[in-house]
Amino acid sequence: MPRVHRAILAAAAIALLGTACTGTSTAPTASDDATKDTTITFWHGWSAPSEVAAIDANVKAFEAKFPNIKVKVVGNINDDKIKQALRAGGPNSPDVVSSFTTDNVGTFCASHVFADLKPFLDKSGVDLDKTFPKPLQDYTQFQGTRCTLPLLNDAYGLYYNKDAFKAAGITSPPKTMSEFDAAAKKLTKAKGDSFSQLGFMPNFHGFESTTTHFAAQWNPTYFTAEGKSNLAADPAFANMLKWQSNLVKELGGFAKLEKYRATFGDEFGAKNPFHTGQVAMAIDGEWRLGMAKEAGVKFNIGVAPFPVPDDQADSYGKGYLSGTIIGIANTSQKQNAAWELVKFMTTDTDAVVSFANAIHNVPSTLDALKSPKLQADENFKTFLEIAQHPKSSTTPASPNGGAYQLTLQDFGYAFEAGKQTDLAAGLARTDAQVDKDIAQAK
Amino acid sequence: MTATTIAPARRPALSEGLRRKRRQERLRNLAFLSPWLIGVSIFFLYPLVSTVYFSFMKYDGFTAPTWVGLKNWTYVFTDYPFFWPALRNTLWLVIVMVTLRVLFGLGIGLLITKVKTGAGFFRTAFYLPYLAPPVAATMAFAFLLNPGTGPVNNILGSLGLPQPGWFSDPHWSKPALTLLALWGIGDLMVIFMASLLDVPQEQYEAASLDGAGWWQRFKFVTLPNIQPIVLFAVITGVIQTMQYYTQPLVAGKVASGVIGGSGQQFEPGYPEKSTLTLPQLVYHLGFQRFDTGGACVIALVLFGLAMVFTAFLMRRGSGFLATDD
Repeated sequence: MPRVHRAILAAAAIALLGTACTGTSTAPTASDDATKDTTITFWHGWSAPSEVAAIDANVKAFEAKFPNIKVKVVGNINDDKIKQALRAGGPNSPDVVSSFTTDNVGTFCASHVFADLKPFLDKSGVDLDKTFPKPLQDYTQFQGTRCTLPLLNDAYGLYYNKDAFKAAGITSPPKTMSEFDAAAKKLTKAKGDSFSQLGFMPNFHGFESTTTHFAAQWNPTYFTAEGKSNLAADPAFANMLKWQSNLVKELGGFAKLEKYRATFGDEFGAKNPFHTGQVAMAIDGEWRLGMAKEAGVKFNIGVAPFPVPDDQADSYGKGYLSGTIIGIANTSQKQNAAWELVKFMTTDTDAVVSFANAIHNVPSTLDALKSPKLQADENFKTFLEIAQHPKSSTTPASPNGGAYQLTLQDFGYAFEAGKQTDLAAGLARTDAQVDKDIAQAK
Repeated sequence: MTATTIAPARRPALSEGLRRKRRQERLRNLAFLSPWLIGVSIFFLYPLVSTVYFSFMKYDGFTAPTWVGLKNWTYVFTDYPFFWPALRNTLWLVIVMVTLRVLFGLGIGLLITKVKTGAGFFRTAFYLPYLAPPVAATMAFAFLLNPGTGPVNNILGSLGLPQPGWFSDPHWSKPALTLLALWGIGDLMVIFMASLLDVPQEQYEAASLDGAGWWQRFKFVTLPNIQPIVLFAVITGVIQTMQYYTQPLVAGKVASGVIGGSGQQFEPGYPEKSTLTLPQLVYHLGFQRFDTGGACVIALVLFGLAMVFTAFLMRRGSGFLATDD
């Protein structure tokens, strides 16, 4: 290649390298005037017509209170779209964003993609401890940076088929794991080499029967104070995995259960196995009440807190918590106006209650949980109690989102299938992998 | 033996007029080439250089990139648990799926060129599946091959044959994906049919006169004539399979039953990482874990593999390319 051509190529490469160096600068300071006429964009993930109508009504109530702020609402947005839009920035990117995935809070806060809400909270005099339950405060911040607030809450509990219970002679929902195992076996009916009814689907692919949802009943600590993975050191995880794999064996073994699981319909459709009677008990969130009603379930549904280990019977009533989060995009040039919407949706009692009533979620503020306007039948009250139980917990935020949960779940899959038998060594290896992944994210 | 050096003959100096003429000619050539040059610079060179650059950077897409040296490379090759299974799966698919697609496409093409009546119907019937959107086709296959309720297993069961787990069994998930790829064979079939119809009839006639049977006619007449098309099918097939993303992702998601709701973690490559492919990892790292550096490393591995495969096939296949002499 002639020297001149090489020089041109080298120059081009250097120029390209130079232009490849891009990156979002630090946060713009909020300098907009929230009392002036403005329009902000709000992205959310709800897509069902009833949910969209509820969020629209909520926004209309906000606009009535703040007539100078118009809100452009964009629905049916998933997390991947949110991430790309916030990366790109620009005039069409959102000012206010809500997400169903609490796992991403760590990434959102650590990378400053969501604005730090502390200055706004201080300015408005919002006392977090008097406003939100403790677990909800935990999953909406990361290492001291609060970049999101809770917008409604999900609590997980036990759903059971009252008619199947009656037929099996079981008079009340199980409270401890040994009672639960006995009930699951009693409710299981064989049919050929499969089942006509299964007491409970313990396999980790059984929709909401995940490692993290079960583990919450053992009060786990996922990370040490130094941020290292704590799976092997905390007996909660080993105990949960032992219980689960034992129940898998007692109900017919992993392969048989997996084959049966393949006959299940869609989790969020009418053919959910609990609706169809294929399973007599299930772990699920409070939304299942509304979904079961819509699916026209023929049997009587009972709900209760999910059972606890026998040696922790005094903590019965707790469960796994999760929920929707809401924050302000760091790229937004209208952060003060955006804060007014966030504050209204997350702290205004009437707004939180009416939204919770409309979409059958658990309210996310202490006042809303006590509000007389909250429409709660006996079943829904069970979830309200789980949400307020002092020992209810959630999965902590991490710099790389839910990657550590995926790694734990991966080990869970191998262990339940009998492909890994050394529990202690497996959990230690999982710890090492989680630590490597976090080191890569830092 | 002593080496003798011969001084190179000095070129006579070009006249000023001739130099100007050559320069103008060069500029004219560049002007004609410029659309291609601009396209390649923007859509190939710039992304490639950027990818190399970011593979040595920690970059989450939000904050400014920082230099981390070989950290991303080390992480991907030694600490990222999905990389090696994905690489193995990708190579398996490249070897098995491409081979079967070429053989199957050629086979169908041969059969249809022999059909005297209803050729149009068969051509349409075999080509139509190729037009089905990949997501819809994969979901349809997930339904058909459902191990518990799928019609395929119901038929196998009624015949007393074993019923595989298909997309739910790590041993059967890739064969199931291969079945799906063979179902959408229409593109290759059309290309092979065109090349088969291009083979001169007189060569077949001459071979028949010499007493050649159908296999010999295929081996000594058909194959040499369509070899360039076979090479084209293999190379494009390899590159396509390297970019195999949608079908394994959808199949894994549907079979796992985990949609990734609140507090749920979707497991890539269900079951047991058997449907993981490298492009899925690019997405997983780059767009879900905000690890642009790691994603760029995997993208470069893919690029390198595609280059190596293509170069190897081009060298091996250069003898296939028919010449007129």
